[in-house]
Amino acid sequence: MGDKLKRRAFVRKIVEGTASVVMLSVCGPMRSLVGASEEAEAPAYDATKHYYGMGVQIDKCIGCGRCADACKSENNVPREPFYFRTWVERYVIDNEREVHVDSPGGGIHGFPPPATEEDVLRSFFVPKLCNHCDHPPCVQVCPVGATFKTQDGVVLVDQDYCVGCRYCIQACPYGARYLHPEKHTADKCTFCYHRITKGMLPACVEVCPTQARVFGEIKGRSSPLHRLMKMEEIQVLKPELNTEPKVLYTKLDGEVR
Amino acid sequence: MQAHFAELAALANQISGFIYPNEIELQWSILIVIYPYLTGLVAGAFILASLEKVFNVKELQPTYRLALLCAMSFLIVAPMPLQAHLGHPERSLEMFLTPNGNSAMAMFGFVYMWYLMLVLLLEIWFDFRADMVRWSQQSKGLKSLFYKVLALGSTDISEEAIAFDHKAVYAITVVGIPSAFILHGYVGFIFGSIKANPWWSSVLIPIVFLFSAIVSGIAMILLIYYVSSLVRGQQPKMPCLDKLASFLLYALILDFSLESLDFIHRLYESEESIHILSELIVSKLFLSLTIVQIMLGTILPLLMLAVSRYSRLPAELKRIVYVISAMLIQVGIFSTRWNVVIGGQLFSKSLRGLTAYKLEMGGQEGLLAAIGFLILPFLIFLLLIRILPPWEDEKETVAAAIEA
Repeated sequence: MGDKLKRRAFVRKIVEGTASVVMLSVCGPMRSLVGASEEAEAPAYDATKHYYGMGVQIDKCIGCGRCADACKSENNVPREPFYFRTWVERYVIDNEREVHVDSPGGGIHGFPPPATEEDVLRSFFVPKLCNHCDHPPCVQVCPVGATFKTQDGVVLVDQDYCVGCRYCIQACPYGARYLHPEKHTADKCTFCYHRITKGMLPACVEVCPTQARVFGEIKGRSSPLHRLMKMEEIQVLKPELNTEPKVLYTKLDGEVR
Repeated sequence: MQAHFAELAALANQISGFIYPNEIELQWSILIVIYPYLTGLVAGAFILASLEKVFNVKELQPTYRLALLCAMSFLIVAPMPLQAHLGHPERSLEMFLTPNGNSAMAMFGFVYMWYLMLVLLLEIWFDFRADMVRWSQQSKGLKSLFYKVLALGSTDISEEAIAFDHKAVYAITVVGIPSAFILHGYVGFIFGSIKANPWWSSVLIPIVFLFSAIVSGIAMILLIYYVSSLVRGQQPKMPCLDKLASFLLYALILDFSLESLDFIHRLYESEESIHILSELIVSKLFLSLTIVQIMLGTILPLLMLAVSRYSRLPAELKRIVYVISAMLIQVGIFSTRWNVVIGGQLFSKSLRGLTAYKLEMGGQEGLLAAIGFLILPFLIFLLLIRILPPWEDEKETVAAAIEA
């Protein structure tokens, strides 16, 4: 009796199991047929759980300009050399402590040999981009609120709302903004917001051959950026203006503005 | 688009030192120069008008209504160059509908509307109300109806009603003076509050803007009064011109002192930006700042006014000196606006180089468009004085006719 019951229960389980496997294998494809995508089941991006920043290690940058190039491709930035979301500057300080700065074509095609090769005291490259300030002057001055700070700390421009008055371009101390020649609205680095909200890295970070750029969570404890902030001395550009940049430089020379 | 890129490429060749790559394109063109120039004329003309009303400067009476209508004409045109300069003019209403309360620029719309609707329009209406009623009564048909509509149907020209008009004008002027100060001081704040730009970022900028506005307004009314008298075949009243010249001289001295203070302060503090700003002044701004603004636009008219006002020159000669001074001052104040707006964009925020600006002839932001925006207020003024003749002598004859 006991055996019989056991056998019956066993058979029932086999049947049930098979049926459910069959059901799943049939219904799975059917569900995708009726349009229920798998993305809907993936957890939605929660901006409140992130706070982004970027570290830039001056001593690792070799001035190849791949970041500036990748940025233009990724974000459809006009190719003409008057519009940049990110660019690379070269500083050459000679023995007389004269500072020579250049950024031909934003550094996209690299740099020619310095004019004063023998006389160089020190030289380095400085990648620049929007500092995604915590206290952004551009957001303060925008008359319609088209430029704004997201919950995850990124400063963005709403292209459908910007009136093109260019007050934000005047207010940015870093020259990080330009008026898009086709859209006639303000444009700037977004930290590749379309990528980072999917868990990817900004294009400039992705292509950097020396990992001079470190992207990540400024508040998260176990992020590469956090480690950088823990191990290195950190400087920001124009700290006296109290914009509180979230692009953090290491080994930043005092001559850099 | 390609032409624009070619222009930028040409500009890139004129750069000295290092600038951030996004700085090759100069963002605020001549149209943004015209905007503070026109707003300054509004504020200045109104402040002059209020001298007559509130401080009872009798000599200026012939200019009171001229000044009000002149302020109105300039105020109507003032936002037009701004509008024309926007990348998306069709979205400009958003500044009213969804303004960013922290933005100095967003508040302009409200200051402007307040000034236009509650100060200028009301003051002009109360001041002209009795006249409009009379004009309506004296004319027939459409013209009569037109003035009836303008007077908003009011017909009372009893002594009490006119006394009330005067009280209202007085009250509005009292509110109007601080409003005029706010209107133009605020335009100065738009520039003065930009900490990213050391040429603009100064607490003195709104005050300098205000006094230069008063200077330009008085000079403009002097010119308009002189020309309108000549056109009407009348001799401009000398006490009035003398008074205008005196006020012009005082305002000019104050304005020049403030600007000198700003200059000396910067030089003495000698901050990080002083090297590039000095370079800017001796190179790109030499003509427009040193020669036109300071020499021709300030010191020369200052001397001319001082000498002619307090010497015993024949009236004929005095008048000519006043008029030439007022013209020089207009050119000088326009240069002031140019040097602030364009000058503030001719150096890199890296403080390591100078950029360039090429004024185009045609196009939306060209010289011709700019001239158009400068002529338009005078056309509106001509229209306004046809609708609302501001001449005091006519008023007297009309009053005499009515009494008769």
